[in-house]
Amino acid sequence: MSKYFHSVQLDADRCCGCTNCLKRCPTEAIRVHDGKAKILSERCIDCGECIRICPHHAKKANSSTLEEIKGFAYTVAIPAPALFGQFNHLDSIDIVLTGLKQLGFDDVFEVSRAAELVSEATRSLIKDNKLKKPIISSACPAVVRLIKIRFPELCDNVMPLMAPIEVAARIAKREAVEKTGLDKAQIGVFFITPCPAKVTEIHSPNYTAKSEADGAIAVSKIYPELAHAMDHLKEIEPLGHSGLMGIGWATSGGEAAAMLGDRYLAADGIENVIRVLEELEDEHIRGVDFIELNACSGGCVGGVLNVENPYVAQARIQKLRRFLPVSLNHLEDGDLERMFWENELTYDADIFRLDKDISKAMQMMSDMEDIYNDLPHLDCGSCGAPTCRALAEDIVRGKAKETDCIFKLRAKIQNVYDQLKNTI
Amino acid sequence: MSNAIHLHYEVSGEDFTRAGEASGAVKKRLKSLGYDPDAIRRVAIAMYEAEINMVIHADGGYCDVDIYPDRVEILLADHGPGIPDVEKAMQEGYSTAPDNVRSLGFGAGMGLPNIKKYSDDMRIETTIGVGTNLYLTVKVNT
Repeated sequence: MSKYFHSVQLDADRCCGCTNCLKRCPTEAIRVHDGKAKILSERCIDCGECIRICPHHAKKANSSTLEEIKGFAYTVAIPAPALFGQFNHLDSIDIVLTGLKQLGFDDVFEVSRAAELVSEATRSLIKDNKLKKPIISSACPAVVRLIKIRFPELCDNVMPLMAPIEVAARIAKREAVEKTGLDKAQIGVFFITPCPAKVTEIHSPNYTAKSEADGAIAVSKIYPELAHAMDHLKEIEPLGHSGLMGIGWATSGGEAAAMLGDRYLAADGIENVIRVLEELEDEHIRGVDFIELNACSGGCVGGVLNVENPYVAQARIQKLRRFLPVSLNHLEDGDLERMFWENELTYDADIFRLDKDISKAMQMMSDMEDIYNDLPHLDCGSCGAPTCRALAEDIVRGKAKETDCIFKLRAKIQNVYDQLKNTI
Repeated sequence: MSNAIHLHYEVSGEDFTRAGEASGAVKKRLKSLGYDPDAIRRVAIAMYEAEINMVIHADGGYCDVDIYPDRVEILLADHGPGIPDVEKAMQEGYSTAPDNVRSLGFGAGMGLPNIKKYSDDMRIETTIGVGTNLYLTVKVNT
């Protein structure tokens, strides 16, 4: 198995080798070689931008199927709050939760409940001044992975608390063990996910050795069956136990608003996130204690595995929240301690570094600048690298050659032609 | 020196919003070299402040950056008005920035003090009516 698990995968049959994904990838993790896109595993953060942009649907996200729940004696669905924004005319989340039980789950536990606990924990840590400010939210796994490979100085600013999905999985499993008396291994906890980054997070977590969630099913995969089940409910069980604060985590700004102050900032969309991280790194952003960052535009409702337009979903979430109490979940003894990361977030220096040996790296960079100066600077992508600079880097890394550039190739052919002409 | 990487950037004085492009490009290169993260941060901040200064006060100029395995040397040169009283300019809170840039959050009088704080060596050559050369060195902690 490769060192890095990724939910985002390429369907080679559908890929026609165009440059759409190449240009869109925020970490320059895609190359097109021999007419097919390839994802550089170590650079991919599973943000899903390539899935969103590909006109040929050649990028897909691997996630669990409903079939998998049959392998467990008892199962709990833990839906992301974004799921509640996918349905028209929804009065209460209880309808969605009862519908999930109809699909075969024995119980449900909303991730929004855990989100309220994480918010309370964050507020208490900020109040006690225990964290390096500004604190960067750790909820979006694509953002955490991005920081890990590109922003060494910011690793210590990432909030060392587990994301709501992991907190929810752990509580759901513990409660199921208490309720059924079954062994932990017989209980299956499945996250209903709006994005591929969360699928990856469950398989190879950033901050714990093993996730307590046993799988993640894409919202889009479960949607047709769930919508059908919801239309045919005989009774609606009062299962929901979230306040407006937890449900609000579905959209950008929801987590930050739950900090209950005015010293926060929320940015969404991967380009905006990168811009904020760059400015944070240079210490240009001052006067904020907390920074919420979501890789998807609009927040989790913008995840590529949803079915509904993010802004429509956002409007529905607003409506659903209207008459809910503020928060229905509160920390009890030991909850906060259990939320802390088991592993520290450390910078993965190898990903973008040219070489471990600095003098070798400097030689490579110096060659790279020369090669780059000689390229056309069109960033057309025809060579299979996203930019001329990326091609220059690939060349010094021995992964590409100068004539991969069609302009260089054309000049070379012209040269050969001219020489031949002169000899005749 | 043969084993240095030399970079050159023109800093435009016409478009204030483009200030910071050179320091951003240098930061990216230092990361590719696997440079010490703390040194990268200090280079980025010191150079950014100096670039902003050049745009606000001197209508732009240029920077020359030499990257060595153990240090980064930066020259920021402009043909601006020069600094009449360097000692005063070095005081925290002292600024001659115009109101339009103050409204953007600049001109807090922390530019030069911050540059000094984040660099290991700083030297200013300034002549009234001719321009200013600012020499900076940031060393890698080993």
